[in-house]
Amino acid sequence: MSEELDLHSAPRVGSETFQRLASMPLRSTSEAATSAVSFRGVERHFGAVKAVDGVDLDIRPGEFFAMLGPSGSGKTTCLRLIGGFDQPTAGSIEIFGEAVEGVPVYRRPVNTVFQDYALFPHMNVLENVCYGLMIRGMDRAERRRLGVEALQLVKLVGLEVRKPGELSGGQRQRVALARALVLRPKVLLLDEPLGALDLKLREAMQGELRTLQHSLGLTFVLVTHDQGEALSMADRVAVFNHGRVVQVGTPEEIYERPKSRFVADFVGGSNVIEPALVKAWIGVERAASVRPEKIALIEADAPAPADFIVLDGRVAQVLYHGAVSRIELVTAEAGRLFLTIPSTVAPPQQGEAARISFSRDAVHFMEPE
Amino acid sequence: MIEAALSAPPSDSPLRRVSDVLVRRRGLLLALLLTPPLLWLGIIYLGALFALLAQSVFSIDEFSGTVVYQPTLKTYAELFSPANLDIIIRTIAVSTVVTLLAVIVAFPIAYYAARYARGGMKALFYVAVMMPLWSSYLVKVYAWKLLLAKEGAVGWFMQAAGLSGALDAWLSTPIVGGPSLSVSYTGMVLVFLYLWTPFMVLPVQAALERVPVTLIQASGDLGAKPSQTFCHVILPLAAPGVVAGSIFTFSLTLGDYIVPQIVGPSSLILGQVVYTQQGTAGNIPLAAAFSVAPVIIMGVFLTIAKRTGAFDAL
Repeated sequence: MSEELDLHSAPRVGSETFQRLASMPLRSTSEAATSAVSFRGVERHFGAVKAVDGVDLDIRPGEFFAMLGPSGSGKTTCLRLIGGFDQPTAGSIEIFGEAVEGVPVYRRPVNTVFQDYALFPHMNVLENVCYGLMIRGMDRAERRRLGVEALQLVKLVGLEVRKPGELSGGQRQRVALARALVLRPKVLLLDEPLGALDLKLREAMQGELRTLQHSLGLTFVLVTHDQGEALSMADRVAVFNHGRVVQVGTPEEIYERPKSRFVADFVGGSNVIEPALVKAWIGVERAASVRPEKIALIEADAPAPADFIVLDGRVAQVLYHGAVSRIELVTAEAGRLFLTIPSTVAPPQQGEAARISFSRDAVHFMEPE
Repeated sequence: MIEAALSAPPSDSPLRRVSDVLVRRRGLLLALLLTPPLLWLGIIYLGALFALLAQSVFSIDEFSGTVVYQPTLKTYAELFSPANLDIIIRTIAVSTVVTLLAVIVAFPIAYYAARYARGGMKALFYVAVMMPLWSSYLVKVYAWKLLLAKEGAVGWFMQAAGLSGALDAWLSTPIVGGPSLSVSYTGMVLVFLYLWTPFMVLPVQAALERVPVTLIQASGDLGAKPSQTFCHVILPLAAPGVVAGSIFTFSLTLGDYIVPQIVGPSSLILGQVVYTQQGTAGNIPLAAAFSVAPVIIMGVFLTIAKRTGAFDAL
């Protein structure tokens, strides 16, 4: 709780200086633009492989945007295209209304938090954080002040003279964050920043990143393969598959109303129901999905409530997850279904017969493929 | 049958007991493994070196020419006689120039090999850098003597390119020049540079290979132009490799006595003096004292390198 309070007070200190920093003439772009980052028909080919295959995206100023997808889906390549580490084969990218084609990485108004943090091993924490300011020719005292402020922002005060090799993973992550934030970028790119942290630290950082983004009002673009991370942190999520964006929406839209089998399955592991079966239940021949947590176990002889679908099956596996248990059920009608039940309910045994039911409203239609 | 074999305890053979002891007592294993190389290093390398250096505290009787086994600093004082000091300074100057030129020549090659060369190009790089090391040192030095001679290939090429005027101007420059390239300091430095460049390329390349690409990207991302990235990130991280390479080129030049005999002016450099003092002159103490000079010079060099933070990235 006290950490939470810290968080709200700390960014305020930094932000006034950041505003002065932002008014420095080095990185000026037009403020009138509607999109922080926009992709138009962007492609990136590596030989015959289309890593990015026709992506259109609009990332709004000040939003926390997540690019979610399995490895090899093109999300990281898209981030690298924004950062300028790679150039698109086709299409155009604009950052705050300015085409960035041919603009080298060091002249883009974006900064990156790298997956491996990429801290300079021969510089101490403060030197790392102040690197960008030093490059801009800011005088020593001023950059030291800004650097310390940035370290306050990420709660790392007192470690200024440590070398990156002497820091824990979580601390390195904060240094990387401070080093990028001290330059007050228009867009902050985060490449799987939490991947190397343990679960508890990761959850804490998720909250902190979110708070930082809100209080600084910057545009954050996060690349992740962890759907939980994308859903909990982002304002909007783009789901990538095979180099394309398959769905863009709020976390709720993505989770509750997946447009395709892929999204339904990748985000939260939904059950996909074949069109023929959906027609038998509801009368519409379309593929649909049902979230595992919308399915309930009911008594074997319980009558089917109105507007509920009831299925019988056999328990194939029970996986205990702590707060919930995930049950794999094989049904005659719908094949393999997953449901999650809270741990307050006694789970069935493997091999037992079980009856399940879910509301017709829980059946979400997906777009025809 | 198999189950019986698997469930039976492992046989208690003597060999097995030895390996059990070694596994339990790591220190013993380490001692056994390290003793032979340490003996080799200790006796053959350091022992011999100290035996030589110990000679330097003795002196030579100027009339009989025999060694007087009484500790004295007289021999060291001799090092500071104008003629000997001249030799030391000349040697340091040649070594320094060779080392600086080696860095300038080797760095781009190493950078290309570490950052851009892949597959076949990389194999070609290794062969190209190592190949000169496969042939005889003497053959190479004599070959250079012919190349650099007045009627040699270098002179011919300069003439064909219409640059003989420039060559003559260079040769008439004091200190670096001389009657021909093969009897000038320029020639000597060129031959040393040729001989030692591989010893600079390889460590620098190894150091550059260890610089992660993301660090270079991060530097650019933070606003640094490629030249700034080079100065602030790549060079400091490659510094240990440059220092390692410099130790090779510097100390190899300091100690060499064959190249200056074949190529270059008649004035002696350090290696030659050690050679003549303990060979023809039979003045072992002075030869030993001269041998201490490179050790001290390298010590000073490494201290300066450490002060400038060259080892910070290690």
